[in-house]
Amino acid sequence: MPRSISRRSVVLGAAAASLAAGCDNRASAWFLKAMEHWNEHFQAALFSPHRLAPELPPGTETPMADFPTYYISDDLPEAPDNWTLKVGGLVKHQQVLTLDELKRMPRTAMRIQHHCVEGWSAVAAWAGVRVSDLARVAGVDPRVRYVEFRSFDAGYWSSWDLPSAFHPQTILAYEMDGQPLPPGHGAPLRLYSAVKLGYKMVKYLTEVNFLPNRTGGYWENQGYEWFAGV
Amino acid sequence: MPEAPPESENLNPPRREAAPDVPRTRREQPLAIRLTHWLNVPLIALMAASGLQIFSAYPELGPRGALYRWYPIQGVRPPSWIRFGDWLAGARHWHFALAWFLVLNGAIYLAYFFWSGEWRRRLFIPRRDALNALRMSAYYTRLTRTPPPEDFYNGLQRLAYTTAIIAGIAMVLSGLAIYKPVQLHWLAMLFGGYDGARVVHFGGLCILAMFVASHLVLVAAHPREIIKMIDGGARAAIDKPS
Repeated sequence: MPRSISRRSVVLGAAAASLAAGCDNRASAWFLKAMEHWNEHFQAALFSPHRLAPELPPGTETPMADFPTYYISDDLPEAPDNWTLKVGGLVKHQQVLTLDELKRMPRTAMRIQHHCVEGWSAVAAWAGVRVSDLARVAGVDPRVRYVEFRSFDAGYWSSWDLPSAFHPQTILAYEMDGQPLPPGHGAPLRLYSAVKLGYKMVKYLTEVNFLPNRTGGYWENQGYEWFAGV
Repeated sequence: MPEAPPESENLNPPRREAAPDVPRTRREQPLAIRLTHWLNVPLIALMAASGLQIFSAYPELGPRGALYRWYPIQGVRPPSWIRFGDWLAGARHWHFALAWFLVLNGAIYLAYFFWSGEWRRRLFIPRRDALNALRMSAYYTRLTRTPPPEDFYNGLQRLAYTTAIIAGIAMVLSGLAIYKPVQLHWLAMLFGGYDGARVVHFGGLCILAMFVASHLVLVAAHPREIIKMIDGGARAAIDKPS
């Protein structure tokens, strides 16, 4: 049955080729890079600046002891006594803000689900200042496409696409579950958002920079995806 | 040639444009089904293995602080030999890259499945197949000595293949819900939310694993079926008077 054999070899050849592609490091790295690029476009296309994550009713908060606290420093990062937030990059008015000044800005509160890249979810209530409100005060240049968030947690940082940063549920949070932000969760100020995975939400903030280029991130530069929307 | 149906008296295979009284024929396993079937093998294996690597980062079911009590093996990681992608980020890249090809393959399969009419002899239709499936189970468990009559597939085969198709569709939808629980919130709600979608996605994997295990045992017992899935098997008339 020569015809059957040729068909069989075509099928087996295709299977072998796809396996070989998976084994060859350079080919697989190229393939994964190309697909990550494609997936980033897919994620950005799925993202709507107006779609809100549902607000959850009071009492649905995860017990504080069960909400994991991650940081990359060896010890719990501690805020300096004269802590301030610097707002810079391509802005008309650079800012250096104290926590009290931030608290006097318009307050946004939300009780929403958290999604970690590891697969777990949790719920907390957060309150703080919208990144878009901060941008309005600073006066962002039209060339700005990305927002970079930096911290005092051993230099942990991340950069965001502008639409996700300006989403109405993306805030700089100083309150968690009705209390001042606890040290394990990024005191005195952290980024919190409904539309990104946990590792994008930089804790222990020191700087917010509005930039024309993206600047990667701590986990992103080690291989985790950059967009990481949910 | 073994491909020629024994009852056929034509030396040349009937053509599509042949007169309507000449029956159209098709191989038992048409090319589209064979191709999508064999592409499924590496794709599903790599999706399952990278999925288990992702699962290993949080081998629990249920949200933090409220793990599901009914899941008996909370915190148990799948063994490392069954995982693929080295670490969480690597496995996620593989999973979200290959998912497109698996979905495309499945879409081509389903399009052919319905367009060609193959569904008629493959899909489990309870009125036609339920009793046959029960009698086949009785035969396999040696409760009866004779198998029920079988046309193209028996009822149990149709039930198994249809279950695999439905599980595959549920895997894709629950996977999308886990990937985008906010942007596709309506989809996540369909599964009872993000953590419900994780349960369905993991449960779908278990169902597919059971399907593959029994599929492998049964084709090992009937190796002719493997040959058919490679060369297509015999041609036979597909237009039956109805």
